[in-house]
Formats: sequence, C-alpha cells, structure tokens
Amino acid sequence: MNSSSGKTYMSTSNCSTGRKAGDAAAAAADQFPVGLRVLVVDDDPTCLMILEKMLRTCLYEVTKCNRAETALSMLRENKSGFDVVISDVHMPDMDGFKLLEHIGLEMDLPVIMMSADDGKHVVMKGVTHGACDYLIKPVRIEALKNIWQHVVRKRKNEWKDFEQSGSVEEGDRQLKQSEEADYSSSANEGNWKSSKRRKDDEDETDERDDTSSLKKPRVVWSVELHQQFVAAVNQLGIDKAVPKKILELMNVPGLTRENVASHLQKYRLYLRRLSGVSQHPSNLNNSFMSPQEATFGPLSSLNGLDLQTLAATGQLPAQSLVTLQAAGLGQSTGKSGIPMPLVDQRNIFSFENPKIRFREGQQHVNNNKQMNLLHGIPTTMEPKQLAGLHHGAQSMGNLNMQVASHGSQSSQNNPLLMQMAQPQVRGQMLNDTSLGHAPRLLAPMGQPILSNGVAANVSTRNGIQENIRAPSYNPVSQTSSMLNFPMNHASELPRNSFPLGSTPGISSLTPKVAFQEDVNSDIKGSVGFLPSYDIFNDLNQHKPQNWELQNVGMTFDTSQHSNSLQGNLNHAHSVLVQQGFSSGQVNGQNRSATVVSKAMFSSGDSTGHVNAQNGNQHLNSLLVDSTVRVKSETPTNLYPDDFGQEDLMSALLKQQDAMAPAEHEFDFDGYSLDNIPV
Amino acid sequence: MESSHLRQQIAAMRQSFFDEEILDGQFCQLERLENRGNPNFVEEVLTMYFRDSTTLLQTVEQEIETDTIDLAKVDMMLHKFKGSSASIGANKVRNNITKTRQLLEEGNLEGAKLAFRELRMEHDNLRAKLEPYFQQQLRQVGPVETATRPKGSDHA
Repeated sequence: MNSSSGKTYMSTSNCSTGRKAGDAAAAAADQFPVGLRVLVVDDDPTCLMILEKMLRTCLYEVTKCNRAETALSMLRENKSGFDVVISDVHMPDMDGFKLLEHIGLEMDLPVIMMSADDGKHVVMKGVTHGACDYLIKPVRIEALKNIWQHVVRKRKNEWKDFEQSGSVEEGDRQLKQSEEADYSSSANEGNWKSSKRRKDDEDETDERDDTSSLKKPRVVWSVELHQQFVAAVNQLGIDKAVPKKILELMNVPGLTRENVASHLQKYRLYLRRLSGVSQHPSNLNNSFMSPQEATFGPLSSLNGLDLQTLAATGQLPAQSLVTLQAAGLGQSTGKSGIPMPLVDQRNIFSFENPKIRFREGQQHVNNNKQMNLLHGIPTTMEPKQLAGLHHGAQSMGNLNMQVASHGSQSSQNNPLLMQMAQPQVRGQMLNDTSLGHAPRLLAPMGQPILSNGVAANVSTRNGIQENIRAPSYNPVSQTSSMLNFPMNHASELPRNSFPLGSTPGISSLTPKVAFQEDVNSDIKGSVGFLPSYDIFNDLNQHKPQNWELQNVGMTFDTSQHSNSLQGNLNHAHSVLVQQGFSSGQVNGQNRSATVVSKAMFSSGDSTGHVNAQNGNQHLNSLLVDSTVRVKSETPTNLYPDDFGQEDLMSALLKQQDAMAPAEHEFDFDGYSLDNIPV
Repeated sequence: MESSHLRQQIAAMRQSFFDEEILDGQFCQLERLENRGNPNFVEEVLTMYFRDSTTLLQTVEQEIETDTIDLAKVDMMLHKFKGSSASIGANKVRNNITKTRQLLEEGNLEGAKLAFRELRMEHDNLRAKLEPYFQQQLRQVGPVETATRPKGSDHA
C-alpha cells in the first residue's frame, strides 16, 4: 500500500526548506523583512550595482544577475531560494515579460518589473503579465524598501484561497482537535498524519513561526479509511447506511460521527453523480460525457475544479488514494453497485470542474457541487472502457467522495483524488485520476499541481513513467487505453502544447479547453492548494512539489495571468490528468504532477517548453520550492497542508504586526550614515 | 585649514551640479548609499557608468551616421542608456536621451542626429565635471585615512 509513513510528506516539507539554517530562518522571520531574498536581474551593470547596494541597505539578501536566462536557471535550481524577483523589462537575451511569465508559472514568486519606460502601455503590460509591481527608473531606495509587501501579499492570497477551500473542513477539524492526539497511533496513517504533520510542520517551519501558530486538526480521509468507510456502507446498504452504524462498523478510533456524516454526505453525492445524473447544467459535464467530443476539455476543467474542491476537503493522502484505488479496483463489484463506467472517471472531471466553479463562490457547497458534477458525468463510456472504468470508477468514486466530503479544500482533495485515481491500475483510474487532477490543476489556477498524484500521472507522460509507476500498479498500459479514449479529444484541445509523449492524447483532453473558460474564473477562488498540498505530502514525498503546483496555479490567479496563461494551466491539467493515470503512482504523482504542471505552464508559454518531460523531477522541486517560497519568506515547506495555510495566515498577520517595528528599522537607518565627504 | 577648504570646494562643486541641473535627486540617493564599508561607492558606480556609456555612445553614433540605421537597435541602446543615466541622476543627459529617442521615433532623422550630438556633449560635460569632483574627494579622504591607521601597524 502506498501508505507511506507519516513522515513521508513530512519529509517533503523538510526538503522545501531551502533556506539556510532554521535558526537564521526563524530569526529572519521575526525580523522580516530583513533577510528577504531578492534576485535582481538587469543587463545594465550600473543599474544592477545601484540596485544591489540599495537592496543591501534595506538589509535584504541580494543576488544579482545580468541575464534573464541565468536568473531563470538560478531560480529553477533553487526553488525556494528567493522571495522576490526584480527584473528589468528590456534585456538582450530574454524579454522581461517573458521572464516574468516563466517565474510566475514555475515558481510563483512575486516579480517586480523595472524600466526607464514609464509609458502606460508598458506598465499595463507588466500588470497583465502578472507583475506585482512596476518600478520606473531611476529606482529610489524608498521604493525598494517596501517590496516585501508583495511577498506578504502573495502569501496572504494563497492563504486565503487555501483557507476558503479549507473552511468547510475546519469546522469538522476543530471538533476533532482533541482527538488528534489519539489518532497519532492510528493505523490510518493518512488521516492523522496530517495532524501530526502539522505539528511537524510547525516544527519545521519554526523559521516561520508566524505560520505555525495555527493548529487545525483535520480528518484526512485516507485511502484506507475511505475503503473502510465504503466497505461499511456497502455492508449496511447504501440506503441504510447511517453515520452511527458506519462509524461502528469502521471501528476507527478517533473518528467521530460527524466525520463520518459529512463524508457520507459527500459520498452520496458522488454516487449520485456516478449513476449518471445528467442534470448537471454544466456543459462541461456533458461534453465530458462524450469522450469523442472535444469538449472534453471543458469538462475536465470543470471537474478539475471540483476535484480540487473535493480534494481540498478530502486531504486524502496519497497513500489513501492508492489504497482506495486499489480497493476500488479490487472491489469493483464489491463496492456499492454503482456502475463505474468511464463516465465515472469523467465524472471526476466534470465532478471536479463544476466543483471548482463552485468553489469560487462557495466553498461550503462542496457537496452540492459534487452533485452537480456527478450529474454531468457522461455515461457514454464505451463498454470495455466502462468495465475498466467501473473499477476505476469505484475507486474513483471513493476518491471523489472523499474529496467531496471534505468540502472546499480542493487542494487537498484533489491530490487525494488524483492519487486515488492514480493508483488505479486501470486506465480508468487514470481517467479518474486525471479528472481529479486535471480539475485541480485548472481550478485553482494556482493549484495546478496539487494533484501531485496527477503529476505523477502526467509525468509518466513525459517519460517519467518509470518513476511513477514504481510505486503503484502500473496501470500505464491500461490507462493508456483508457486514457486514449478521452484523449481522442485531446487533439481538440487547442492549447495543449504539452508533449503528451507518453500518454496518447490524454493530456490534451480535456481540461484544457473547458478549463480555460471555466476555470479561469473559477480558479481564482480556489487557491485551496494548500490543502491538497497536505494530501500530496502524504502521497508523495515531494510535498514541496505539490506546493509548487499549487502555487503555480495560484500564481496564476493572483497574477491575473492572461487567459493564455490560464489556458496553459488547463492544458497542464489535462495533461496531468492523463499522465497521472498512466503512472498510477501515488508517490510518483507528485513528481509527475510537478512536471506536468510545469509542462502545463510551459505549454502555456508560447515557447512551449515542455519541461515536464525532462524536468519532471525538476519541476517538482521547482514547484515545491516555489510554492514554498511563495508562502513564506522561509523556504521551508510552506504549508504542506491546510494547516499550513492557516499558519501562514497567522504568520502573515503576525508579520504584518511585526512589520511596523521593522518598518522603522528600514527607515534607512543605514541612511543615517552620512559620511559624505562633501 | 586645508581640509575644510577642500571640503568647501567639494561642496560647492556638488551644489553647482544641482544648480545646473546636470544632476538630480537620484544622485543624492547614491550618496546616501555610501557608508564606511563602501566609501567610494558613488565613484565606483560612476566609473562603471561612464565606461559603458562611452562605448554605447560610440556605437550609436556610428549607427545613426550610416545610411541604413537600425532604428530598433538604436532605440534599444538609448533606452538602456536612459535607464542607467536616470539611475545615477544624470538629469540633463537623460533628458537629452529622451529627446533623441522621440525624434527618432517621429522619423526626424536630422533632428535626432542633432539631438544626439547634444546628448553627447552633455555626457562629456558631465564627466568633465564629475572627475575633478571625485578627485577632490580623494584628496580629502587622504588625511583622514592617515589619521585612522590602525595601531597594530605600529608594531612590526
């Protein structure tokens, strides 16, 4: 089973700690923005020298660079090594806006543009490309003094999205807070891991003590837990399954009736969707239904969104997903008799997508959304696919349910979903997974990669398949077939420049098209990456990777990327989704997800670099780092999970409080050196 | 005392820069960045500036004197020059760059050439004025350094 030890995802958070010693980080956090790590890029040596000096005077940690390419590779190598980037607009080797896009996509760092040009159109360009700020040369030190605000703001936004997605869960979690301690020894690694992880995270993020204050216990519906749940439900009969009885049957220490009740609610919604309710108004769903249709994209995007929501709520650890899927696969018949045709998988997409939409406005509506999503689940799956899907659907269903049950914490859910889907050896799973992933990616714009699991899928595409497959079954072969089916449409997806190498057409499928339209707007709200992050962590050791995905997505939102960018995301999602399936590896997922996300973004870019292919791993790290970085000034894994978000929030708030004094520090005491010989 | 006289001289020179508007407030920003650990910061920056600007001006001059001017390239170079000039506070130079660029954009080649010549002049003028200014500063710094020689150096 994939249930990796709780440490698995914890460790990821460790690696995200790119900063120097934790002590330094902790100290820095207190003195924020002192020590803010700035990367300044300008091809003019005079300006570069002046900027560096100014930034040093502000007590920032400065790295200067005179070429955009160098800066980009520096950022890639050290994802969490910087907090903010300042770049000139006109550079010989690369346009500053292009660099801005790259950074936004890959690392999700706040970028400040600079230029001697103060023409309105140039400034506007900066805004549309997602620059946090635009400085006109000559740059004064006063302007640099306050750049930290962009770092804080970005984190805060991410947090907020995260928070929103996790708001539904929080209520539940709080109830269980006291029970958390008991859970630590639970066999359900995933569930309690999150709470444990939080604690660990807090330790790890000591540097960011501001974020560690929040402790919200969350019930993570791990794969195993969900399996137990489903088994109990099946045993009782779906109609007769009441939370109390389910709880008894499950016999999980620390699980409360409320947990089960909310989970059951989501599960029911999911089942309803699976059964082919076609009332879902979302076109996406419909389009999704017919694999042959190009609309696959839209659906997926929708689903992705939903997935996110679901994922966020579900915080399913990767392992859970795998377990679930495994369970799903094994129990395809045993599970509730929901026929899980491909549709299910698709459902996930549609499921996800609509959810995402909802997410925007209503995180609390997870359940509702699920319903819609399910409705839209197309039942046009081909028979054989259906069969395959069935199994997958089952598990996916579980996944979805899990995800859904968790409400708006899409980010978390998504990963779970994804992961769950992924483990499914069947291609179906892939579909499902992809659905989950895709939506996720799309939805939160910023959370593109949450579906770490998805990533895994995706990466397989890129060729990382080996990685991905390892842990889980290797549905790759199967999935490919499965995936293909949706993939037919892939070609339709316009943007997917993503090199769907490994999986045929899958990636292009869906999310892309639909997503963009729907997701773009939807995603905005869905920054709930963080939650999924947790899930991912569980799933993958590369927790940070998830982050990145998340961040990436988020960045998207915050940076108001142009649609093209968003579209890219979509692509990525779809790609991821598909990819994810093939890999079927939960652990690998993160990796692949990262890659995918990267790819996504890459595809988004006109350059279409498909880093995903080769840089899957890289992406992951990048993603992770970037996300981490974005989150807080300390590169530590930023909010691996929902908790992180909250912590971040508090951290941010604290920081803000602390800013005041810091401000004074910056009042250019350095300036007081008035040694001017004159 | 020579030191104070020198200081007054330097101060006067400096003030004249502002009065003549060849330097603006940005120059003060640079000055403020100087500190004990980096006493010659401004001079270093200006040295770097002039090193690049001289080359750049030569290139631009060659380019605009040819029959087939690569306008994009020239504009790019002037833009970069504008950025660095603005960053050091070279007020008049920057204004001249803007003027030249505008004329080029309008297609007024002759006007642009004239403006460029003017720009070149301002640039050379700035350098001519700043060089003695920094030299004076060095002179002033000299005695101070002597006074602060570490005691340890007395022990062999």
